[in-house]
Amino acid sequence: MNHEAIVMGASAGGIAALNTILGGIPAFFSLPILLVQHVGPQGGRTLAACLEARTPLHVREAEEKEAIVPGTVFIAPGGYHLLVERDHTLSLSMDPKVQYARPSIDVLFESAADAYGGALVGVLLTGTGRDGAHGMTRIHLRGGLTVVQDPADAEAAEMPEAAIATGSILKVLPLPRIAPFLIELAGDGA
Amino acid sequence: MDEERIRDIEIHLLLEALRLRFGYEFHNYSRASLKRRILGCLSTCAFKRISDIIPLLLRDESFHQKLILALTVTVTEMYRDPEVFKSLKEHVFPVLKTWPFINVWHAGCASGEEVYSLAILLKEGGYLDRARIYATDINEEALCKAREGVYPAGHLRQYEENYRLAGGSECLAQSCHIRYELAMMHTDLRKNMVFANHNLATDGTFTETHLILCRNVLIYFNQELQDRVLRLFAESLIHGGFLCLGSKESLRFSSVADQFVPICSEARIFQKRLEPNHES
Repeated sequence: MNHEAIVMGASAGGIAALNTILGGIPAFFSLPILLVQHVGPQGGRTLAACLEARTPLHVREAEEKEAIVPGTVFIAPGGYHLLVERDHTLSLSMDPKVQYARPSIDVLFESAADAYGGALVGVLLTGTGRDGAHGMTRIHLRGGLTVVQDPADAEAAEMPEAAIATGSILKVLPLPRIAPFLIELAGDGA
Repeated sequence: MDEERIRDIEIHLLLEALRLRFGYEFHNYSRASLKRRILGCLSTCAFKRISDIIPLLLRDESFHQKLILALTVTVTEMYRDPEVFKSLKEHVFPVLKTWPFINVWHAGCASGEEVYSLAILLKEGGYLDRARIYATDINEEALCKAREGVYPAGHLRQYEENYRLAGGSECLAQSCHIRYELAMMHTDLRKNMVFANHNLATDGTFTETHLILCRNVLIYFNQELQDRVLRLFAESLIHGGFLCLGSKESLRFSSVADQFVPICSEARIFQKRLEPNHES
């Protein structure tokens, strides 16, 4: 199965983990990355600026109805859920919080799983709570690839553990191995 | 055919049933969040499949109400994005001042928190007496709440902070009666308000307006419906009138974009050109 997109979710401890992963991905990376990091209402823009400085990829706050393009990191704006439509455009919603969060990882992952089916890679990182566990299950059911940060090296183990407990996780990787794994998946390493 | 494709067909049929039976047009809503809402509603019923609820929808009046509520529920608060209200005060109010009367349209007002937010600022500026505020939504339950203007008092602390950031000159608690757990907005704020059921997907304009607020509504619509709604707004606004959208919304999918000039890009406030644009 050729992979077409990566969705990534993180909560507590996520910024450092994202710096490591995105910092390890080269500019010619060919897959789009859609990202939910739990932040406050204005947090999306700050996060984009902060990550942009660490990675050669384009990083920006997602705009509603914009087309998903490769080699770009789209960040859910603070206070909005980020969703993927069937035609691989992005949409935003102000629906109630899911798993106490907006943006919620589950909302992004579930809609992306519906849009990309088996061509989706889900990456769930450090965090408290259990946001992302349902989303990872949906990705797995649709035939996508599920990767979780090893709870042993996650700053907050609760979220990765909740996902692993669902039985729908294919790969558990320590943080430093996630970027190389994604590069290999994208077929950009050769 | 895989289950997911079948589910898409079921959603299409459900929306078609809503349209044919009740005249609601949801086909042009952004599909991903609409699907979440439909599945959310399904999980509260005893049914397993989306198509199972169609017979019930066609014949059971109360279920139709329940479904519409589930599909149109919105979350709002007072002075959400306080800087937007501050910008309205700074950039729009000085122009409102020059008009003998002001028609304001809150399109998609939900439970009305923003309607009262603006009314309080209009009152403080001395404009409320010559303003008429039309607050519309398709969710009847939300409209009832808006009409009542009663909100949980527990939210006031947050609202008070938002109000201060919005440049409010007094204290929000002065604009409501607090009794037990409830904050009741003062009735004088409401005297020039008109609450009405209006469907942006199917209804037309109803009056000439000077200021339209429609925040975080367009994100739920596809490009075609966004264009319809923005054309409606362009038609309703007087030349020189103002449009305020949600902080992630824009005019870029609209055929009327060139009729507007951005006034404050951060706050997404646009002004309809004073003269008709002859090129369009």
